[in-house]
Formats: sequence, C-alpha cells, structure tokens
Amino acid sequence: MSMIEVRDVSRSFVLRRRSGRWRRTAHTVHAVSGLSFTVEPGEMVGYIGPNGAGKSTTIKMLTGILVPTGGTLTVAGLTPYVERTQLAQRIGVVFGQRTALWWDLPLRDSYELLQRIYRIPPARYRTNMATFTELLDLAELLDTPVRQLSLGQRMRGDIAAALLHDPDVVYLDEPTIGLDVVSKSKLREFLRQTNRERGLTVILTTHDLHDIEQLCSRVMVIDHGRLVFDGDLAALHAVGGARRTLVVDLSEPTDPITIPGAETVKVEGPRQWLAFPAEASAAPLVAAVAAAHDIADLSILEPDIEDVITRIYTSTPPPG
Amino acid sequence: MRATGSLWFAVAQRSFRRYSTYRAATLAGIFTNCVFGLIFCFVYIAVWNQNPDAGGYDRTDAITYVWLGQAMIMTVAVWNGGATDDLAARIKSGDVAVDLYRPVNLLGWYLASDLGRALFHLLTRGVAPTVFGAVIFDLRYPASTLTWVQFAVSAVLAVTVSFGVRMLVSASAFWLLDDTGIKNLAAVLAMFFSGLVVPLVLFPGWTRDLASVLPWASYLQVPADIWLGKHVGGDAWMALGFQALWTLVLLAFCHGVLQLANRKVVVQGG
Repeated sequence: MSMIEVRDVSRSFVLRRRSGRWRRTAHTVHAVSGLSFTVEPGEMVGYIGPNGAGKSTTIKMLTGILVPTGGTLTVAGLTPYVERTQLAQRIGVVFGQRTALWWDLPLRDSYELLQRIYRIPPARYRTNMATFTELLDLAELLDTPVRQLSLGQRMRGDIAAALLHDPDVVYLDEPTIGLDVVSKSKLREFLRQTNRERGLTVILTTHDLHDIEQLCSRVMVIDHGRLVFDGDLAALHAVGGARRTLVVDLSEPTDPITIPGAETVKVEGPRQWLAFPAEASAAPLVAAVAAAHDIADLSILEPDIEDVITRIYTSTPPPG
Repeated sequence: MRATGSLWFAVAQRSFRRYSTYRAATLAGIFTNCVFGLIFCFVYIAVWNQNPDAGGYDRTDAITYVWLGQAMIMTVAVWNGGATDDLAARIKSGDVAVDLYRPVNLLGWYLASDLGRALFHLLTRGVAPTVFGAVIFDLRYPASTLTWVQFAVSAVLAVTVSFGVRMLVSASAFWLLDDTGIKNLAAVLAMFFSGLVVPLVLFPGWTRDLASVLPWASYLQVPADIWLGKHVGGDAWMALGFQALWTLVLLAFCHGVLQLANRKVVVQGG
C-alpha cells in the first residue's frame, strides 16, 4: 500500500474583494487543481515550486488541517481531514518558519509535553530521546529555554520534536531556511540516516535545491497549482533541457564566438560562456574554439538544477 | 483518561514555571498592587466614615475587600492576559496551525495552562499584597475551615469563569484577526462589573441586581462575600453553584466557538 495517495485533488479559495464602497465581489482562486501522485513507504520526495504555487496548501491538506474542495487523498490509509487525530500519531510536521516548541520553556520540557500529547511509551521515549540527542547534538541545549536558541539549534530541536513519536511520514516545510552551510549539511546527514534506518517517508518542500540534490531521489515540481514534473533528478535535467557551459578565457576581448551546436550566453571582457547540450561531448567544441581563438584558460560548468527548475517554471503557461 | 489528566497536569505545571521565570516583573507587580491597595483603602475609608454600613459592609469588610480585589486582579486576569492571550497571538501569527494538527483538545490545553498561571499569580500577586495589607490594617478572615475551603473553590471557579470570557474574546481573532478592540471593551466591562473599582454591593437599585447575575460577579464579588462571611450555609453553596453554572455555560460556548473556528480554518481555509 502506498504511504500517500493523492487523486485528482483540488483546493480553491473564495476571496471577497471590495469593489465599491459597500459592494464586495467574490472570486475564486485555485490554489491546487487536479493534483495526483503517490508516495511509497521510505521514499524521500522533494516538493518544489515557486512561491504561491500550492506547496503549503498541499501540505496542509496532507496533515488534515485543510479540506480539499475536490478529489480524494489518503495518508497511511487514513483520510486526513476526517481522521485527523489518528493521523496525527502517524505524521510529523516541521514548518521551518514556525516552531512546535514552547518558547519560554527549556527544550526538555517541550519533549516531555510531546511525550504526553502523543502518549509515547516511556521506554520508546527514552530510546528516541537518546538517539536524537546524540545525532542532533542536543545534549547541551536541553536545559536552555527555546527563545534563547539560535535558529539552527531551534531547527534541530524542532526536527527531533517532529520525530519523537515515531511517525511513518514527515513533512518538512523549508527545514533548512536561514541555516548556515555547516548546520545544513548536518541536518541533511541526519535526515538521510533517519530515512535509511527507520524507513521514514519524507516529503521535503524547499527553495534550496541543494537539499533536493543531496537528499531526494525523486522530485515533484508544482507550478500554478498543477504538477508540472514528477520523476528522478536525471529525468528532471532531461525535461528541463539541461545544458553544460563551457567557460573560456581568451587572450583578448573579441566579439561573441559563433560555433554551431553551442550558444554564447554571456560575454564579459575576454571571458565567454558557451552553453551546449548536456549529453554532447565538450571536446569538439573546445577544439573548434581553439582553432579560431587563442585560449588562455577554460572550464566546464555542469548543469545547475536551479536553471533546470527555472526553465520548467517559465515554460509552463499559467492556466486560463 | 488518566493519560489526559497527566497531560493537563504537566501543562499547568509548566505554565506555572513559565510565569515564575519573570521575577523582576513579579516583584514590580506586587509593589504596584500594594500601592493601589493603599490608595483604594484611603478612598474606601473616607466613604465608610460617611456611611458606616454602606452596602451592608462595615469598615473592616470594605478594607478587606480592597485587598481581596488586589489579590484577584492578576489571579483572574481582569484586564485579560494569561493563556488566552497566547491563543490570540498564535491566531494572528498563524502558529495556531501547529496547535490544530496536534491530537489534543485546544480548550483543555489552554484551560490547564491558564490554571497553572492563575496559581502562580495567586501565590505571588495574590498573597503578597494581602499580607502587606494585613500588616497595615485590621482585616477580616474566614470564620471557619469550611469557609476557607469554600473560598478556595470559589477562587478556582472565579478563574474558570474569567477564562471562559477571555477565551471567547481571544477566539474572536479567528474572524477578526486582531482582537485588540474587543479586548479593550472586555477589559472595561470586566473592571466595572467585577466590582474591582466599586463593590457591586454599592451599585444602586436594579443595576446591583443585574450586575450580580452577570459572569463578572464571579471574579471578585462572590469570592469576597464568601471570605467575609456574607454567604453562609446554603447561601454559600448557592453562590458556588452560580459560579459553576457560568463556568459550564461559558466553557460550552467556548467549545462551540472553537468548533466553528476549526471549521472555518479547515473548510474555508481562513
């Protein structure tokens, strides 16, 4: 059985806008329309899209705090908005910009409250606490009030809080937002390990594409409330028409180089950027440039997932 | 059931601890209560010198009433504040989403949290100014152990009634997003109808009858009258029953409102 099944789900909001002194006209906004996907147990899926694409709306429906206006969805065999209380035992949620911890209390107290909220058996609670304290470096923080924690520390605290009751699925909404490079990589390592060891299903929404590249075997791209891509990273590159870039430093500034099979995308003094299809070999291109110009130095940039995503976003027309 | 009880106890305990971390604020607050208590005492003494049994109180009753009033201000949170303010803030910031996906009853959670807070405020902002008042003035004390017990129950019910009122005020933020206006209105009503400024027993004619059946009478007038021995025997039980009834009505109302709010957020996506 799939962990998450979403079939033809849509969600629209009715907004009332003032259109005169007293008059208000209602108009409907489709936050998500015709969304369908399934996620298998143990998968780690990146869920990305520009602001306002419908990511948070989807997550809210998957936690049961928002009812879809159409379609069906189940998580761990439960219908979220109907069986929200049972589902809460099976899912963990981290909203990167909010905290599930109690602001004025030492970190430890939040966990003790969560133990009671989720009725975690004492033995289970102790093992989980021991594991997370070690893996997330929480030992020093347990007696510190949450309001005194740094953003990175708080995020680690929040991740532990979301996993304390052994959920089957965890939704991470921008877990690395605002973190420095070291904290990010530690967090990713922890998620990788937890996914591997506990078979945890992870849905990760992020704007940091390195999160996706390093964690997710599968990516779903949503734009204007519709799923515009669902597949692995390689397929994403193919769909996005990934290109590599040859960067050449010439001995002196010249006009943009014209060579068939490559496009000069940028010129900056003696340095030029030539984009070419990712699957083509760079050798003939280098040879062709060298034949016509004096090359001082060169390097090749691999396709950037960011570019790929941008291409997908800009190539999908807004519906209607 | 036992597990839930242990959760509520844990919540109340942590709420108590949370307020206890702000020591300077507590000391400053106690000082303020003492100063205002003194000012009120001088005013009341002037009144009762003119009319020695105004509202059926003698001078000692009146002075005792002042210190009970100072003790109850923060305990029942007359001017709002307490756990219910947290809810309003969380609605405004959207953090209430975190509360909603937890398998926990929102009303029970905030009630437990507010009771923990009230106990802290009773022990500090309640007891300290009263001791100060007792040092300076002759006060009246409950006449029997039974009265002490009845007063304790009445004080708890005072908190639950005020919690019900404050919860409704805070829950209005689900629709209004900002509850400041309603909060100010509620604070004025509570200050007036609780008898904090002028005891309800001094209200003239029908206004006294009206004020004594409104929920705010539970905040101060009822517990004070029990303390002063104005309600004895069956009368005292009736007074407690009055508070219990308002508690039930308000909590039922809160439950309904939260249910509606939940529907609004979940179904309409507000």
